[in-house]
Amino acid sequence: MGYPHKSHPRETPVLSKHFGDPEARTLAGWRQRGGYRALEQALGMAPADIVNVVKESGLRGRGGAGFPTGLKWSFMKPGDGKPHYLCCNADESEPGTFKDREIMRWTPHALIEGCALGAHAIGAETAYIYIRGEFTEPLRVMEAAVREAYRDGLLGKNAMSSGKRVDVHVHKGAGAYICGEETALMNSLEGRRGNPRIKPPFPAVSGLFGQPTTINNVETLAAVPHILTNGAQWYKEMSLSSPKSTGSKLFSVCGNIRKPGNYEVTMGFPFKEFLYDLCGGPLPGRKFKAIIPGGSSVPIQTVEEAEATLMDYEGFVAGGTMLGSGGVIVFDDSQCMVKQIARLARFYAHESCAQCTQCREGTAWTTRILERIENGDGVMDDLDTLMEIGENMTGKTICVLSDSCATPVFSGLQKWRHEFEAHIKQKRCPMRSAVAA
Amino acid sequence: MSAAAPKEEGGLHAPARASHEDAGHSHGNNHTPVFTGERRRQLDELLTRYPNKMAGLLPALWMAQDAQGWVSDAAMEEIAGLLELTPAYVKGVVTFYTMYHQHPVGRHFVQVCTTSPCGVCGAEEVAKAFLKHTGCGELGVTSPDGKYTVIEVECLGACGFATPVMINEDFIESVTPERVPEILAKLR
Repeated sequence: MGYPHKSHPRETPVLSKHFGDPEARTLAGWRQRGGYRALEQALGMAPADIVNVVKESGLRGRGGAGFPTGLKWSFMKPGDGKPHYLCCNADESEPGTFKDREIMRWTPHALIEGCALGAHAIGAETAYIYIRGEFTEPLRVMEAAVREAYRDGLLGKNAMSSGKRVDVHVHKGAGAYICGEETALMNSLEGRRGNPRIKPPFPAVSGLFGQPTTINNVETLAAVPHILTNGAQWYKEMSLSSPKSTGSKLFSVCGNIRKPGNYEVTMGFPFKEFLYDLCGGPLPGRKFKAIIPGGSSVPIQTVEEAEATLMDYEGFVAGGTMLGSGGVIVFDDSQCMVKQIARLARFYAHESCAQCTQCREGTAWTTRILERIENGDGVMDDLDTLMEIGENMTGKTICVLSDSCATPVFSGLQKWRHEFEAHIKQKRCPMRSAVAA
Repeated sequence: MSAAAPKEEGGLHAPARASHEDAGHSHGNNHTPVFTGERRRQLDELLTRYPNKMAGLLPALWMAQDAQGWVSDAAMEEIAGLLELTPAYVKGVVTFYTMYHQHPVGRHFVQVCTTSPCGVCGAEEVAKAFLKHTGCGELGVTSPDGKYTVIEVECLGACGFATPVMINEDFIESVTPERVPEILAKLR
C-alpha cells in the first residue's frame, strides 16, 4: 500500500506497509496482518530480555534526538517499589513532520501494541498516548482502537491473559508546540501549563506524576513489535551506511516538490535519489534551492549539500545538519530565503512558552528584525544583531526551542547572506518585485 | 496548533484581541453547569485513569468547550470546584493553550495553517479566500451572522497535504482557494 501514493519499489515499508488500507485499522484486520503476536510473546518474556533485544537492534528515538531506545529503557529500575509510567509522544508539531499522524490514522493498533509492549519492558502498568488536539482524526481512530483492545482483553488488568496489568489511555492536548518537549508534555498531562522542566532530574528518575517515566515517540514505539518478531539482527541489517543508524525510517516530505507525502526508507539511503526518484524532483520548470531535512529546528542545507548526504543520523550530521524528526521541507528557486526564515522565526516566537528570557525576548526580537529586513526596512547592522541574539539564544535555556529559532537564522546568514544584503541595499524584497514584474 | 492573533500590536506575545465583547458572555448566575448527568459520569470515569484529579483538567476543559462552544469563567470555576483547584489556577492553564476559546467564536471555527511548508504552497491565498467567502473580512473576527470565525494557525501537522484547514472537528486536506466556496457550501 502506501499513502497518499503507492509505495515506491525502492522504499522499505515496515511501518508504512498498511498505510491507506482501512481494514488494517480494525482489530480483526490488524490481527490478520500479524498484529499483537509480538505483544503476546513479550508478555511472556522478562522485561530485561526485551530491553536487551531493543538495545541490540540499535533502534534510536525517532522523535528528533535519536537517543538509543534500549538504553533509555534500561534507565528504569525494576523493583524500586514505585509506579512507572510510559508516555507516548504523539504531539507531532514540528513543522514539516506528519509521519506519526499517518501511523495513528492507519495503523492505530501498531502503536497500542508498541505502547503495551514498552510499558511491560519498563515495568509500567500504565501508558499514556498524548496526542495533539488538532489531530482530530488520529484521536478518533486511536480512541476507537483502544476501546477495541480493551474489549478483546488485550489491555486491562489481565492483558492477553498474561496475568499482567497494562493500561493504555489516550490524552488530548490543547494546542501548544512546546508540549512535544518531553517534560512539557508531562506537565501538560498532569494538568499544568506546558512549561518544560529543568533537568535533572531526568524523567527516568522523576517524570510523570513525579515517578520514573520513559517517554518515546510514536514511530519508535511502533517499530518495537517488528523488532521483537523479526529479531534484533534483522533490524540491524537494515542499514546502508553507518552501523549506528539501523532500521527503516519514515520521512515526511513537503513544500515545493512534485510528490509530497511519507516515504519509508532504510537508514543510509542517498538523499539525492530520495528527492529526485522517490519524491519526483522539483515542480515543473523549477529547481530545488534549500532543504530542511529533519523538521524546522535543524540547520538548512543548500541543494548541493543535500544531494551529497546519506539519510541517517551520522549522514545528516556530516551534511551539516541533523536527521531530527525526518520532516523534509523543500524550498525551490521561487522562494525568498529571508521571507522563509522570518516565517520560521515567527513560528517559534508564537510557540515560545515564555519561561526563559532568552527565548521569550529572543524569538520575538529575531522575528521583528527579519520581517523588517523582508519588508525593505533593514540596515546592515541588523545582520550582526541577528547573529548576536542567536548566540545568546543557543544553549542558555531550559529547552531547545530557543536554539531551534536561532538555527535557521544562522543557516540563512551563512548560506544566503547575499539575499539578506540585497534586501537591505535595495530596500525591498528582490524576489517579490521579480514576481510582480 | 495555536491560533495566531490577527494583529499583534503589543509584541508577539500580546494576547489575541477579543473580538466578541458583546457576544453573549455568560458570567456568574447565567452559567448552566456542564458536569451533570452523563457528562458528570464521563468525567468521573475519566478521572480513574489518573492518580490525581488535576490530570483531569485538560480533558474537563475539552468537555466544557464541547458542551458550550467555549470555556467561560463560570465553567472554569465549576471545573476548579470539581478537581479541587482554584479558579485562578484553571484560568492560568486555559490561557496557556491556544485551542480553548476564552470567548465565543463563530459556529464554524476555521483554522488555516500558514506555517512555512504550507506557506510556500500558497496557504495565505487560502486564508484570504476564507475571509472573503465567509464575510469575516479580517482574521479573528466573527462574521456578523455569527456563523464563521477564520484564523491562521501554526503548523497543523499535515504539511504534505498543503493546505490543511480545520473547521471545528473536521480536518480537510489539500485545500486550494478554488475549493473554498464548495467547502463552505457544505456547512450549515
